[in-house]
Amino acid sequence: MTSTLTAAQAQAQKEFRAFADRHIVPHADAYHRAQRTPPQIVELLAAEGLLGLPVAPQYGGGGCDAVTLGLLAGELGRACSSLRSLLTVHTMVAHAVARWGSRELKETWLPRLARGESIGALAVSEPGAGSDAAGVVTRLTPDGDSWLLDGHKTWTTYGESADVFLVLGRSPEGPTAVLVERATAGVRTELIEDLIGIRASMTADVHFEGCRIPAGQVLARPGLGLSHVVGTALDLGRYTVGWGCTGIVDACLEASVDYAGSRETFGTPIKDHQLVRQMISGMYTDARAARLLCLEAGRLRDEGDPGALAQTSMAKYFASTAATRAAADAVQIHGANGCSSAYPVQRYLGDSRVMEIIEGSSQIHQIGLAEYAFQERSLVRRRQAAATPRSEGR
Amino acid sequence: MSMDNKAKIGEYLSRFFPVQDLKDDDDIFQLGFVSSMFAIQLVSFVEHEFGLTIDNDDLELDNFRSVGALDAFVTRKQSAAVAS
Repeated sequence: MTSTLTAAQAQAQKEFRAFADRHIVPHADAYHRAQRTPPQIVELLAAEGLLGLPVAPQYGGGGCDAVTLGLLAGELGRACSSLRSLLTVHTMVAHAVARWGSRELKETWLPRLARGESIGALAVSEPGAGSDAAGVVTRLTPDGDSWLLDGHKTWTTYGESADVFLVLGRSPEGPTAVLVERATAGVRTELIEDLIGIRASMTADVHFEGCRIPAGQVLARPGLGLSHVVGTALDLGRYTVGWGCTGIVDACLEASVDYAGSRETFGTPIKDHQLVRQMISGMYTDARAARLLCLEAGRLRDEGDPGALAQTSMAKYFASTAATRAAADAVQIHGANGCSSAYPVQRYLGDSRVMEIIEGSSQIHQIGLAEYAFQERSLVRRRQAAATPRSEGR
Repeated sequence: MSMDNKAKIGEYLSRFFPVQDLKDDDDIFQLGFVSSMFAIQLVSFVEHEFGLTIDNDDLELDNFRSVGALDAFVTRKQSAAVAS
């Protein structure tokens, strides 16, 4: 597997893995039960430079390539999907600022985000608008040199603890993205508890009431907040979620192999039962396939290839569905133990369900990916038609 | 040179739109085929194909509206890059 990685990427993966095994794996079930991420682990991630890994070095980040960021998301996902979600939303905000922010916004925010001094979160979904982000009704009203922001956002991952929000609202010009500091008067957050998965992710409702937003806090320009700013952020989000799902599959595989090798039924280790082997074989294959799709998405991203968007969508779609298959089978292999809180597979099951809903539900990707298949085929037909000389007399 | 760029842009756009021949001044936004996925892909295509960096100042819809507009935008950016 590492043969497709450069020496530096393989070394980085080893370090991410060691970090996750040492600092996160032993505590992830406790975070899950407490439904909280302790600030200390976020501080440790920041101190290690992991929250600013993809930010350009000129802003104090690690300047890593997409493949390396993916490897980090994979290792965090194997350990704890909540902390992988933190990496996802935080880097989505940093990426959107780097891509579409003014020079001033980049100089103000990127160093803070790179150092993890400020944690970023994405406030797009609303009670009445999820996958259909064009339906947001949060209002951005021009008022002199600034904007007034009013609305209710929900499902904001790490919304309860984030310092700055990338908010999608609607201005007279159309969908508009603004950066809003938590300290702004009129911002209020409420923790959402008892989620099925990513239970430590401090997911919150975020209310904006008459928040005054300076004009300079707009990313790109009014009207392009969804097509360009949120679109850019979601593309990166899909990428790190896809990788995080490869981590879930890896974790399910490791847990299942260990358990099946030690647990006996009918006088034999359950690993010798053919139907158990079938589940493990499926997981093993899915783990490799998901990883290869994510690696390919990373390679295309690093090359700046426009095909990276479709490849990222495919990788996220496959990896998240593979994660739900793997988690369901891992629980099955663990039997009643898998249903208990004594084993982490129960956590993987809830987390993987969330992964099929966020950053484009499986159905959204199914619709989009079919469109790419039609486009590719029509391009081939067009090229064939252009290459075949028309016969004169038919 | 410009014709080459136009041909490349035309071929790329034609993948996304169910039209036979996209004319230079056909407004792809008005034709209604622009999704958010496509919008970003188009930015990525122009950067990748022509070796440019598009930043927030370039993000005028008028630069991306048609084959002709994209061709003019690419030419402008390329000559600005040579001049600087």
